Amino acid sequence: MNNTTQHTTNKVIIAENLTKKFGNFTAVDNISFEVERGEIFGFLGANGAGKTTAMRMLCGLSIPTGGTGEVAGYDIGTQTELVKKNIGYMSQKFSLYDDLKVWENIELFAGIYGMKDKEIKTKTDELMSVLNFESERNKLVGSLPLGFKQKLAFSVSIFHNPQVVFLDEPTGGVDPITRRQFWELIYDATSRGITIFVTTHYMDEAEYCDRVSIMVDGRIEALDSPKNLKKQFDAKNMDEVFQQLARKAKRVDS
Amino acid sequence: MDIKNINSDIAISCKSISKKYGRIEALNDINFEVSRGEIFGIIGPDGAGKTTLFRILTTLILANAGTAVVDGFDVVADYKEIRKRVGYMPGRFSLYQDLTVEENLNFFATVFNTTVAENYDLIKDIYVQIEPFKKRRAGKLSGGMKQKLALSCALIHKPSVLFLDEPTTGVDPVSRKEFWGMLKKLKTQGITILVSTPYMDEATLCDRIALIQNGEFLKIDTPKNIISQYKNKLWAVESDNMHKLLIDLRANEMTKNCFAFGDKHHISINNSQFTINNLRDELVKLEHTNILISEIEPSVEDCFMELSQR
Repeated sequence: MNNTTQHTTNKVIIAENLTKKFGNFTAVDNISFEVERGEIFGFLGANGAGKTTAMRMLCGLSIPTGGTGEVAGYDIGTQTELVKKNIGYMSQKFSLYDDLKVWENIELFAGIYGMKDKEIKTKTDELMSVLNFESERNKLVGSLPLGFKQKLAFSVSIFHNPQVVFLDEPTGGVDPITRRQFWELIYDATSRGITIFVTTHYMDEAEYCDRVSIMVDGRIEALDSPKNLKKQFDAKNMDEVFQQLARKAKRVDS
Repeated sequence: MDIKNINSDIAISCKSISKKYGRIEALNDINFEVSRGEIFGIIGPDGAGKTTLFRILTTLILANAGTAVVDGFDVVADYKEIRKRVGYMPGRFSLYQDLTVEENLNFFATVFNTTVAENYDLIKDIYVQIEPFKKRRAGKLSGGMKQKLALSCALIHKPSVLFLDEPTTGVDPVSRKEFWGMLKKLKTQGITILVSTPYMDEATLCDRIALIQNGEFLKIDTPKNIISQYKNKLWAVESDNMHKLLIDLRANEMTKNCFAFGDKHHISINNSQFTINNLRDELVKLEHTNILISEIEPSVEDCFMELSQR
């Protein structure tokens, strides 16, 4: 499925002056950044800062009104179907179908991404044993505890081996232990070369990212490793960095 | 109904409340009391039973067992009285999307036989922030503004007890801080607040908290007392290779638990003889560099993880 020539570059996401206007409202205002293969990139910002709009453009779901972008080697303005094929996506709000069984969900999503039956079968067995999920295989997803569901949803989102996976607040409401186990799954995925693009409102999770960007009023106001950001803003932790930056927001949260 | 209870110092009292959905036990033998004017937090993850508890106390569903009294009235026998007296902000936005901000507020005031003008003092600080958009339909508001409107509507009849079910879920850290500022102000007006949240860092903003998991309370106390009851030694550890550090710390036999906490790992130690220097020596042997270890006070999140693993 992946064209090997697309792998030659080490930049999995490139955004150049990316802009999205709705009428005379500029939701995303000229943002530029790059994400390296295998990196965990944290995409932070207050509600209404433009994160969701930016993420929708990077996933090929919304066409930019200005600037350009490339994801997994494909143009987000002109090759949206190829972009979608080569990424994974998971959010807190939408992940799996509650009224399908665990294995049915896997088969459905893997099938949509064009995986062959045989491959789906072997990989499902593998996944069930890695997640210690053997006894849940035939259960309806709706009957699983939220933490289980989110771990499964993440595994399904990278089941087709995408180059990059977009995670939109994947751990919201999840208990503290499962939240940490979830991050261990993320680390595992990066060790297999999958790039992670993640939004979160938990500032301790921002510390787990290789680099973090913080959006304020549609622009990227800061972008660096958590360590450097803390130094730059003379802050004890990422929460303080975030509070300093996000309080500058002028745009009425609308 | 017991009239003398109305003036008691107890705003909410729950005795042996249980609730089942089919075979699933949503709540199991819940007991607690909330004093008048208290901010009481129900802290726990999604699916722990928080919303079920709120629905029982706001008389929307019936418990299978146990009794509960809100503002002196029984949740079953006197449910009509309770509905007049409490304010409820459900987890899911439940205002009328196709009414404007102003229309929603007027509607809720009218339902409770009052006017916006009568209790405007109570909501003023919150409402002024959304007033510029009073002609906008509620469905077109952003998350933060919806939250403020929902709180205004829940307050407009000057309730004696306010139920807030996950008011800050999905809200960014800056807006969360603002929201808790508003709750503090309401407390000074004598309103009792029962609030639930999955964010452990909000626990310390409550007077008392109950930690809830799988339908059961793990603990009820002030955040300070819960922290002081943490039994093990707790150290924060960092080194240049945090991922390997986590694995190595977990493999250490003195380790009871080890979890990532932002830029550090928190490790609880079983053995009182084992010192920070002992651990440092072991980590040096494992080729860690720039090792920093310090003894720390646990957070509510540390306590929650400790209690939920018992």
